[in-house]
Amino acid sequence: MQLLEALTLILSCQLAGEVLVLVSGLPVPGPVLGMLLLLAWLGLRGGVSERVAQTADTLLGHLSLLFVPAGVGVLVHWERVRDQWPAIAAALVLGTLITLAVTALTMAGVQRLLAWRRGGRHE
Amino acid sequence: MNDAPLTQIWVYLAASPLLWLTATLVCYLIALKIYRLGRDNALLNPVAIAIGLLIALLQLTGTPYQTYFDGAQFVHFLLGPATVALAIPLYRQRERLKTLALPILAALLAGVTTAGLSAVALGRLFGADTKTLISLAPKSVTAPVAMGISEKLGGLPSLTAVLVISTGIVGAVLGTGLLRLLRLRDDAVKGFALGLTSHGIGTARAFQVSPVMGAFAGLAMALSAFVTALLLPPLLRWIGVVD
Repeated sequence: MQLLEALTLILSCQLAGEVLVLVSGLPVPGPVLGMLLLLAWLGLRGGVSERVAQTADTLLGHLSLLFVPAGVGVLVHWERVRDQWPAIAAALVLGTLITLAVTALTMAGVQRLLAWRRGGRHE
Repeated sequence: MNDAPLTQIWVYLAASPLLWLTATLVCYLIALKIYRLGRDNALLNPVAIAIGLLIALLQLTGTPYQTYFDGAQFVHFLLGPATVALAIPLYRQRERLKTLALPILAALLAGVTTAGLSAVALGRLFGADTKTLISLAPKSVTAPVAMGISEKLGGLPSLTAVLVISTGIVGAVLGTGLLRLLRLRDDAVKGFALGLTSHGIGTARAFQVSPVMGAFAGLAMALSAFVTALLLPPLLRWIGVVD
């Protein structure tokens, strides 16, 4: 019963998100908007109920599993991947590592800059 | 004599979604077991192992992907509700979020631009055609969003799905090592970078390390989905990949 209530809340947010995307023509997918709706709802209610939290933790605990079916789809594109593998491999490995480094260093750098400025004011 | 009933059972099972749904769960559990046996070594990524096992199974039985997906779509569907559920770990981190607004905004813009440009530049350098380039460009964004962007710009959405997942696996396997090499210790920073680069798979990996890291990875995944959907089309037009 608890699981049912929590799932209903989550699916309702997703449905509302999908409808909003259709109506507004925003270039983002429904579930992402649904997540923001759920976030707003939690903010309005001022907290997360135990059962919703548990259901969410169960879903997110096995997030990796949900990517398996789409991943098996590599079968369909086997020839294109085989013919252009150097480009694909370079973009996948180097591109991903570069993006990871730039993102992490930017965030840490701005954080340090802010802390330094704050510290400077105090001295 | 025994052959005929066996074939009948196979024909029956092959026509129902039950077989491949079960196979997906079994392969994932086996992959998880291997990952645990290897003491959670990131190289033994459970998504990659499960995909490998299933591909081998489909090839051995001569089953087309469409037949497989008819069963596995029930698992695939849960990606949507799981994305919505990310609101909960995010909500738990709301206090830290407020103090980190500026670093997050800067990292978001730098990360999204780098992800798109590096994919296209490297792809071009090594001779990918335009369709592959467009399919590569949104590879750091969560699968449903990336597929939408790819389709809109003239790429191949199903190829994008595969590239998105591969990016997730690369980030999950090599990411924590690179972050250690960069001497970053803050779980908020590490999580945000993993989520932005490797979306849900990076987020799954981040949750394995710590709840704070997972929450910030989820945040990065959600924010970058928005920002990439808005920024990538003009960016690709600007560098002349699409007109």
